[in-house]
Amino acid sequence: MTKSLWIAAAALLALAGSAGAQEADVKPAHQQWSFDGIFGTYDPAALQRGFQVYKEVCSACHPLKHLAFRDLGDIGYTADQIKGFAAQYQVSDGPNDQGQMFQRPARPSDPFVGPFPNDEAARSANNGALPPDLSLIVKAREGGPDYVFGILTGFKDAPKDVKLNPNMYYNEIFPGHQIAMPPPLTADGQIQYADGTKSTVPQMAHDVVTFLSWASEPNLDERHRMGFKVILFLVIAIGVLYAAKRRVWSKLH
Amino acid sequence: MAATGPGMPNSRIVRWIDYRLPFVKMMQHELYEYPTPRNLSYWWNFGSLAGIMLVIMMVSGIVLAMHYTPQSNEAFDSVERIMRDVNYGWLLRYIHMNGASLFFVVVYIHIFRGLYYGSYKYPRELLWMLGVVILLLMMATAFMGYVLPWGQMSYWGATVITNLFSAIPVVGSKIVTLLWGGYTVSNPTLNRFFSLHYLLPFVIVGVVGLHLVALHTHGSNNPLGIDHKGPGDSIPFHPYYTIKDSFGLAVFLLIYAILVFYAPNFLGDPANYTPANPLQTPPDIVPEWYFLPFYAILRSVPSKLFGVLLMFSSILVLFIVPWLDTSPVRSARFRPIYKKIFWLLVISVLVLGYVGAHPPEGIYVIEGRIAAFYYFLHFLVLLPLLGKLERPRPLPLSIGSAVLGRSGTPAE
Amino acid sequence: MAQAAQSQVSHAHEGETRRDFLLLTATALGAVGVLSTIWPFVDSLNPAKDTLALSTTEFDMAPIQVGQRLTIAWRGKPVFIAHRTPDEIKAAQDVDISTLRDPQKDSDRVKKTEWLVMVGVCTHLGCIPLGQKQGDPRGPYNGWFCPCHGSIYDTSGRRRDGPAPLNLEIPPYQFTSATAVKIG
Repeated sequence: MTKSLWIAAAALLALAGSAGAQEADVKPAHQQWSFDGIFGTYDPAALQRGFQVYKEVCSACHPLKHLAFRDLGDIGYTADQIKGFAAQYQVSDGPNDQGQMFQRPARPSDPFVGPFPNDEAARSANNGALPPDLSLIVKAREGGPDYVFGILTGFKDAPKDVKLNPNMYYNEIFPGHQIAMPPPLTADGQIQYADGTKSTVPQMAHDVVTFLSWASEPNLDERHRMGFKVILFLVIAIGVLYAAKRRVWSKLH
Repeated sequence: MAATGPGMPNSRIVRWIDYRLPFVKMMQHELYEYPTPRNLSYWWNFGSLAGIMLVIMMVSGIVLAMHYTPQSNEAFDSVERIMRDVNYGWLLRYIHMNGASLFFVVVYIHIFRGLYYGSYKYPRELLWMLGVVILLLMMATAFMGYVLPWGQMSYWGATVITNLFSAIPVVGSKIVTLLWGGYTVSNPTLNRFFSLHYLLPFVIVGVVGLHLVALHTHGSNNPLGIDHKGPGDSIPFHPYYTIKDSFGLAVFLLIYAILVFYAPNFLGDPANYTPANPLQTPPDIVPEWYFLPFYAILRSVPSKLFGVLLMFSSILVLFIVPWLDTSPVRSARFRPIYKKIFWLLVISVLVLGYVGAHPPEGIYVIEGRIAAFYYFLHFLVLLPLLGKLERPRPLPLSIGSAVLGRSGTPAE
Repeated sequence: MAQAAQSQVSHAHEGETRRDFLLLTATALGAVGVLSTIWPFVDSLNPAKDTLALSTTEFDMAPIQVGQRLTIAWRGKPVFIAHRTPDEIKAAQDVDISTLRDPQKDSDRVKKTEWLVMVGVCTHLGCIPLGQKQGDPRGPYNGWFCPCHGSIYDTSGRRRDGPAPLNLEIPPYQFTSATAVKIG
C-alpha cells in the first residue's frame, strides 16, 4: 500500500515536472533574490532603484503597458511623486467638442506610456526588431529572473568562429547567442542612484530585474503572507481531522 | 408525514417540504445511512475529491468570467487586469489555473484505482463508461479553457489540435473551417470556445449525477473486490466516510495551497505569458501536462490520420475495458500477474507523458513508440489473455471476515 | 457478558465526549475555512483598483465665464458646473426654504457662491435635466428642467416642482486652488 503511494507520488511528480521541458542553450546562473523562497518579499529599496534603471535606460525602447502610474504607490512612491512623474508624459485623449483628439499630461490612473505609438514604429526604429513589452518578461521566460539577469550581464565579444549577423550582438545566455538588443547596461556609474548606492553593472542588473519581477508579479508579497496563514490553518485542520477520524473509526471494535 | 432518520432535522418545515419533494430524506439516505463497504482505503477518497474540484472550478470560473473579455484583442489584457486590479483576482486566477491540473491529478488517480481494483466489472460497467464520458468532457473543457488567455501557447496549441481534424478524408478541411469560424484560429474561435467552456461543466454536472446514481445502485467496490454479503460488511457513510473524506480533503487542500501560494506557475508554460502572435510560432508547442501522454501517442506514428485515430482510440479503448478484461476476479490483490503488469501500464503512461513534453526527435521517438505499443498491448491483448490464463488467489469469504479475521482493528 | 457490555457503555460514553469535542473543533475549523474562502470571491465583485483610480476627477473651472454652464464626467455620471451670475445667486439665497419639499439652504449646497457643482441626474428616475446648453429650457426658476417627467430645479439645483423628491445631489468636492476642484 505504501509502496504504491510512493510510486504514484514519484510518478505524478515526474509527469508534472516534464511540464517545464524546454531547455535554454546555456542555463543562466542562479542569483539570490530577496523574493526567493516561501518567506521571500520584494526589497523596497531595490524596487525603487530598479525603477530608476527602467526609467533612465530601458524605457527608451521597452513599453510597460500592463502597469499604471498609480501602481508605483506599491513600491513606496507618494501620490505627489507619482502625479509629478506621470505628468512628464503626454497621452492622447478626446475627441473634444470640436471632434479632435488632443494631447494632455498623463494622470496616475493612466497606464505607463510606451516609447513608440505602435509595433511598426518600434520595429522601424530598431532595425526591424521589436523590443518586447517588459510587464511580464520575468514570467514569460524559462528561468525567470535568473534568465533576465543572465541576458543583461551576458553580453560578450563574439568568439572567433561565430559570424554575427548585421545589427546583432553576442550574448551568452540568449538562445542562439545572437540578440538584436545592444547591451543596455554598459558601464558602472551609467546612472546615478537616488539613494546613493554604487551603480555597477551587476547592481543595476540586479535592481532592474527585481523591479521587473515585481512588475510581472506585483502580488507576491501578499500571496506569500496569505499562503502562510492558509497553510498553517490547514496543517492544524489536518491534525484535528485526523484525530477525529481515528476516534470515529475506533468505534468499530 | 415522511419520517426523517436519526440526526436529521425533523422540524415541521422539513416534514412539509419532504412530503412534497423528498430532498432531505434523499440526502439522508444517500449521504448519511448509506451502507458502504467497511474496508475502503484512502484510494477511495478521490471520487469525492473530484466532485469538490468540479465545484471549485465552476465557482472560480464563474467569478473570473465576470471580469474576462473573450475578444482576441482584449482577452490577454483582461486576464492581466484580473491579476493586477481585480480584488483577489490573482488568487482566483491561480486557483482556477492550478485547480485544472489538480482536477486531472485526482481523476487520473481515480481511474487507475478503478483499473487496479476492477471497479469497472459487473455490475458497474455503465458506471465506468459514464466516468470515461466525464473524462472526455473534462478534456474538451480544459482544452478550450487554455485557449482563453490568448497567450502564445493558447493560440498555437489551439492551432495544432484543431488542425488535426483536417486529417479526416474528404470533409476534413471544411470541418476545420467550421470549427474555426474563419481561416485560422481567430476571434470567432475564441468566442465560441468561451461559450462552450462555460457550458460543458454543466454537462459534466449532469453526467456526474448519472455517475452517482449508477454508483448508488450497487454501492462502491472495495479493495477486496468481493460483493458485500451481509450487514457485517457495511458501515453507514456518516460518520465514517464523511470524516475520512474530510480528512482527505484537508490533505488535498494543503497540496493545492502550496501550489497556489508558492508555486503557481510551476505546472504552466512561460510562453503563455506572451500574447498570441499568429506570425510567430514558439520553438516548442507543448500542451499542458495532463494532455502529454495523448500528445505522445498522437505523434508516435508518422501519418497524421493514423496519429489522430490512435490518440482517440487510446481513450475509446477505456470504454470497452469491462469487456476486454475476462478475469472473474475483480481486485488486483488476488491477481498476482495482473498486479505486476498494472504497474507496467502506469510506467508506460508516465513515459508517454515524458516523451510528449519533448520534440519528436531521436530517442524520444523510440521511447514513445515502445510506450504507446505497450499501452495498447496492455488493454487489447494482455487484459483478455490474463483473465483466461492467470490463476487468481483464493478470495476471502466476505469483507467482514477478511477485515475482522486479522487483528481485530478495522482495515484502513 | 453483562460486565463486558457495561464497560463498553462507559468506554463509549467517555469516548463520546472526546469525539464530540474533536468533531466540534473540526466543524468549527471547517466553518472558519469556508467563510474565509468565500470572502475573496465576494470581494472580487467590489470595484477593482483601476475603477477606484477613476473615482476622483480634477478639473480647473477658470475657463468657464460668468453665466456659463459646463458638463463634465465623473464616475460615469454627468456633473453640472455652473458659474452663477449675481442674479442667480440672489434668487437662490432669497428662497424661503420652509416652502421646499427638500429644504436646503443655498449656502449648504455651495462652497463658493459663484460656483455650483452638482450631479446632473434627476432624482426622480435618473434622466439628465436640460439647462446646461444655450437655448435649453431652464424652467420657471431659471435653473434646470427635466424633460422626462417635468421636474423643475432652481438656480441652486433644488427641486421646486414635478415628481422629483430630492434636490440634485452635491458630490463630495474640494477646491485645490481658487478655481480648480477635485471631485470625489
